[in-house]
Amino acid sequence: MANKAELDFTRNTSQALKDKQLRKNFKFAMGNFILKRQQIFADQKETERLRELGNAIKKRALSRLPQLLEELEEKCTRNGIRVHWAETTMEANQQVLKIMNAHSATRLVKGKSMVSEEMGLNEFLESRGIEAAETDLGEFIIQLNDEKPSHIIVPAIHKNKEQIAQIFHEKLPDTPYTEDVEELNAIARKTLRQKFFEAQVGLSGVNFAVAETGTLCLIENEGNGRMSTTVPPVHIAVMGLEKVVEKLTDVPPLLRLLTGSATGQLITTYVNMITSPRKDDEKDGPREVHLIILDNGRSKILTDPQLRQTLQCIRCGTCLNHCPVYTRIGGHAYGFVYPGPIGKILNPQVEGLKKAGVLTAASSLCEACAEVCPVKIPIPMLLRRLRNESYSTDSLGLVKDSGYKKNLAETLAWKGWELINTHPHLHAIGQKLTGALGSKVPAWGPLKNWTRYRSAPRFAKKSLHQLIAEQGVEDE
Amino acid sequence: MSKHARAKIFSRLKSALANGIPDNQAVDYLPIETSSQNEKVSKLKGYMEAVRTEVHVVDAENWKDPLKAILKPRALKTLLYAPETQIGNALAQDWPGADGNEGLPDLVTYEGNIEAFKEDLFQIDAAITSTVGGIAETGAIILWPDAKEPRLMSLVPPIHIAVLEADKIFNSFDEVMQAQKWPQKMPTNAILISGPSKTADIELTLAFGVHGPKELIVLILS
Repeated sequence: MANKAELDFTRNTSQALKDKQLRKNFKFAMGNFILKRQQIFADQKETERLRELGNAIKKRALSRLPQLLEELEEKCTRNGIRVHWAETTMEANQQVLKIMNAHSATRLVKGKSMVSEEMGLNEFLESRGIEAAETDLGEFIIQLNDEKPSHIIVPAIHKNKEQIAQIFHEKLPDTPYTEDVEELNAIARKTLRQKFFEAQVGLSGVNFAVAETGTLCLIENEGNGRMSTTVPPVHIAVMGLEKVVEKLTDVPPLLRLLTGSATGQLITTYVNMITSPRKDDEKDGPREVHLIILDNGRSKILTDPQLRQTLQCIRCGTCLNHCPVYTRIGGHAYGFVYPGPIGKILNPQVEGLKKAGVLTAASSLCEACAEVCPVKIPIPMLLRRLRNESYSTDSLGLVKDSGYKKNLAETLAWKGWELINTHPHLHAIGQKLTGALGSKVPAWGPLKNWTRYRSAPRFAKKSLHQLIAEQGVEDE
Repeated sequence: MSKHARAKIFSRLKSALANGIPDNQAVDYLPIETSSQNEKVSKLKGYMEAVRTEVHVVDAENWKDPLKAILKPRALKTLLYAPETQIGNALAQDWPGADGNEGLPDLVTYEGNIEAFKEDLFQIDAAITSTVGGIAETGAIILWPDAKEPRLMSLVPPIHIAVLEADKIFNSFDEVMQAQKWPQKMPTNAILISGPSKTADIELTLAFGVHGPKELIVLILS
């Protein structure tokens, strides 16, 4: 999930903050998304009921995850969809490759899929001589420019039309420079139609997988997802194992929440529900449909009753849109496939705190993400939990690298704090010392960093306790 | 590889839930709000037009004349149709032949399967399909493509014309699922369509017809 280089989040952040164009692009787009979401969820009471429902549906699904996945497998298999299981992204990549090889296929068209990004599938296939062509317009743009998505829903949002015009002009043969968005779309349509026409295998993600019927739901506006799952003779769907829901009737409310939160739409252009490969008498659609179900750390996240809520995520991206940090630094600075608030809680759990724990610091805990999350994931609470996990002294170790920042100085400091606050006499001495020396402390030593961007607190000479005592109020 | 992975994943999942995790059963689905037939038609029309669908409410007994009026100014060469459906059958009757075609497109059919027909399919100007229903609350038509009316008819040609009987418009997605008993009989592919193919991936500027049809025309038969 991580980029190859070690994450230097501080450097990434300061670089992003200096990029005026990038900040302008994000500020404009995120502001727009926030407005559109407000318009679609204008009725607060109704929205709240819908969010409660979304939360209940995902909670129920997680509480029955093994049964639902078994049912999904059974129903899919009965419908003719072949189900594969992958513990790691490498296993999932190998399974895609195996299917490609079985058909001697060298050309793959892809609908948008965050799991395939998580797998690093494109690089994996390309290093084995297989072309993996992104067909979602945003993904197509950034693939041409050899970049990663900067947003879950609008992957090329960090680019403006002048930059995109330049990319098309340079990377696509015989393409004149044009900044006209209609023309840019027409160029993409022409290029990609040919890809669909020639493709041997199509790959997609899954928004919801319905256990009850063995149905894969794909939500989109462009139609490239439908193309990828209908034109080529083989369709491979990849999904994280948390995408399963119990009933078909779970889909309408989740769909409403997803489209409203993601793009401020009542419904997307297409809702594509796939339940089987082409039947004998049918004239089109893939003859083979494969479903690859990926774990990659998810089953471990399920163990912790609090952190488990991370798995409720339906990948709408609205927490990104509403995050004051994301809006200023964009998606690339985070250094992982999943940026923004959801990335800050997901990546540390999957990759470990050593590698990704630094992301949890990139939050002012303003709670905007929790307020808008369509399935009510308490992201700030989980952020605080993960921050604490780095210093954890218990030995449960549910989170990878739990307690890795634990050190004697800090442990002793907190022990001392505990001691002072449980012993009134020590506390009184402490307060006197703070009054006398406190104002000098932050100017030097380890606390200097704290005061670099913040004004140091000024301590009163006398504590409230003392002042009241001087006025003759007796201690209780 | 997959079997081994499966066993390990399930063992982790089961042990994750083993320590007394409550089975959250309480899911209160929202009630379906109902409206009259006319309201449903106007809601569906309004929402679909808002996303640039062309919607015409026409007389169920005479929908071919309005269709011809829609087709003529577009000067299309070919219209793909499904002869074995009710709509297709009605369409083909008295359709002007190639000679005296009054500026109307020639009717063509999906010949053989996609492997044989692909080249032709990607050249066709427009297609007309039936629908199994509509959704008023969000504005969408529903297609269940089948052997008679293949999936790519509503996707590959640049213009998609869909015929929707007014009495098949339901209040919500939930309602149509229940009324038509979807959980018991999901087809190979069920598809909801609310408008022409679109994208806003470049600076959030809306553009239509990026992959699928550039135009969606819905005839509501009332």
